Amino acid sequence: MVKRIDVKDVDIYYGKFHAVQSVTVSVPPRSVTAFIGPSGCGKSTVLRTLNRMHEVIPGARVEGEVLLDGENIYAPSVDPVSVRRTIGMVFQRPNPFPTMSIRDNVVAGLRLAGTRDRKRLDEIAERALRSANLWAEVKDRLTKPGGGLSGGQQQRLCIARAIAVQPDVLLMDEPCSALDPISTLAIEDLIGELKKDYTIVIVTHNMQQAARVSDQTAFFNLPGVGQPGRLIEYNDTEKIFSNPDEKATEDYISGRFG
Amino acid sequence: MIGAMNDNATGTLETRSRGSRRSADLIFQGISTGSGIFVVLAIVLIGVFLLIQSVPSLAANNANFLFSAQFSTTDAGNLRFGIRDLLLVTVLSSAFALVIAMPIALGIALFLTQYAPTTLRRPFAYLIDVLAAVPSIVYGLWGLAVLGPALVPVAEWLNATFGWFPLFANGNVSIGGGGTIFTAGIVLAVMILPIITSITREVFRQTPADHIEGALALGATKWEMIRATVLPYGRSGYIGASMLGLGRALGETVAVLIILRTSTDPTTFSLFDGGYTFASKIASAAAEFNQPLPTGAYIAAGLVLFVLTFVVNAIARSIVGGKVNR
Ligand SMILES: Nc1ncnc2c1ncn2[C@@H]1O[C@H](COP(=O)(O)OP(=O)(O)O)[C@@H](O)[C@H]1O
Ligand SMILES: [Mg+2]
Repeated sequence: MVKRIDVKDVDIYYGKFHAVQSVTVSVPPRSVTAFIGPSGCGKSTVLRTLNRMHEVIPGARVEGEVLLDGENIYAPSVDPVSVRRTIGMVFQRPNPFPTMSIRDNVVAGLRLAGTRDRKRLDEIAERALRSANLWAEVKDRLTKPGGGLSGGQQQRLCIARAIAVQPDVLLMDEPCSALDPISTLAIEDLIGELKKDYTIVIVTHNMQQAARVSDQTAFFNLPGVGQPGRLIEYNDTEKIFSNPDEKATEDYISGRFG
Repeated sequence: MIGAMNDNATGTLETRSRGSRRSADLIFQGISTGSGIFVVLAIVLIGVFLLIQSVPSLAANNANFLFSAQFSTTDAGNLRFGIRDLLLVTVLSSAFALVIAMPIALGIALFLTQYAPTTLRRPFAYLIDVLAAVPSIVYGLWGLAVLGPALVPVAEWLNATFGWFPLFANGNVSIGGGGTIFTAGIVLAVMILPIITSITREVFRQTPADHIEGALALGATKWEMIRATVLPYGRSGYIGASMLGLGRALGETVAVLIILRTSTDPTTFSLFDGGYTFASKIASAAAEFNQPLPTGAYIAAGLVLFVLTFVVNAIARSIVGGKVNR
């Protein structure tokens, strides 16, 4: 089931440090939303609040609401583990489990969710690897460790692992920043295909990439040193890159950023 | 002309830097090769020395060295020594210690790295490390005077309930005194706990954050995350640490010597046996070392302990190496 996300007036802290201030964003289903902005402005931090990964860090906390199709994932009754099963995540550095085979990596999430049937796991592994455009490259070595793949293949393996559990939303934190240009293109193509079935939020420091893959773009910025990051503008990607509402956005896009 | 000058200039530079690097390399290589050769030579010499000392005694031995339970060297004219019981007591007490210490160390290491509040981690880890600083003689006294007697009811219960099983059957000393392998093994477990715990804790702590976050983001609970990342990552380190602990238990001398009661009967391979380990037997006989033939008998026993420890280390290496190379 594909779902929308509504972030409502969210403030994010690392202990006493106020990292991000009052962010409000609505992410429509079956679309790609890009987070751009200078480094340290809180893009990753906001992304990690969308699947409750932020609170894994000791002392970290979130104020405000994040609604997944209207349901607040920060409601006291909600289990963060179930949130993470519904909202998948792909990290900056490819992180397949090194001791697991390629196939076991893909089905790791399903195993956690309790699926034991070997045949079913094999089927799902194949489907996820096909969706991640990796099947042809690994079908003959499914039992080999995932760590033996190239960086780009590992990242697609991580994407396969994330979509194998059929999440409602897929979060990606600079998924191409550790990859070469060809692998980057492969992942960008993949994102274009995946948005038919998933709601995708992607952090990228590469503005061309945001322009290429996303439908909406959120521009974050730091008003000053030591101050919390803020959402400056959220608009259709086309508008952000041609005629943004905010001057700060235009300065950043055109490279006139201080 | 200019080209030639350039060539010349770079030529000199290269020769110089290469030359100095090479001599530094050579010196370092010489030192490290030298120390390597020295260590190997020292081990070989020690081995040869021990062999030379023990050969005449082995030749004069009137009992079967490997299979006799008797170890009597008081009459140099009629040496009768066999290591069977020493080997059995050594292996049984150390293996028992390991069986107790391994799960506890794993639990403590997991608690300290994954579950304990950050403020508790340091003091608690320090406490475990202090266990390693207690002298063996103190462990021995504690085992003899405090732990042994305190464990008697437990030992009696085990003997009464599981006595049909050889390990818990009646041994060759009385359970009542507490001077059994049962007590010694538990004391050994406490003694090897710190080393296993601290190494295991270190490897668990180094589990890459990437993998931990990857597991959590897939919807793993804390325990599932540990099973998917921390345990596979730290397994070889844990096994290696346990083998180090086993090596220590095999060679422990004073604590075992104080705790174990002696018996005139041979070992029955029960936890409620007394007797001697290799190390405690050798230590107990220090007074006899002024005569060459009895001394050689003990040296032969010591050589077997050396081989045993060596084999344990080799096994540990092959296990650890196999896991690491995956
Ligand atoms: N684990 C953390 N502990 C404390 N502060 C953090 C942590 N991670 C990020 N921060 C701080 O939060 C702010 C936002 O960081 P981040 O979200 O990583 O920025 P971005 O992804 O936009 O580069 C930065 O000031 C950063 O130093
Ligand atoms: Mg970031």
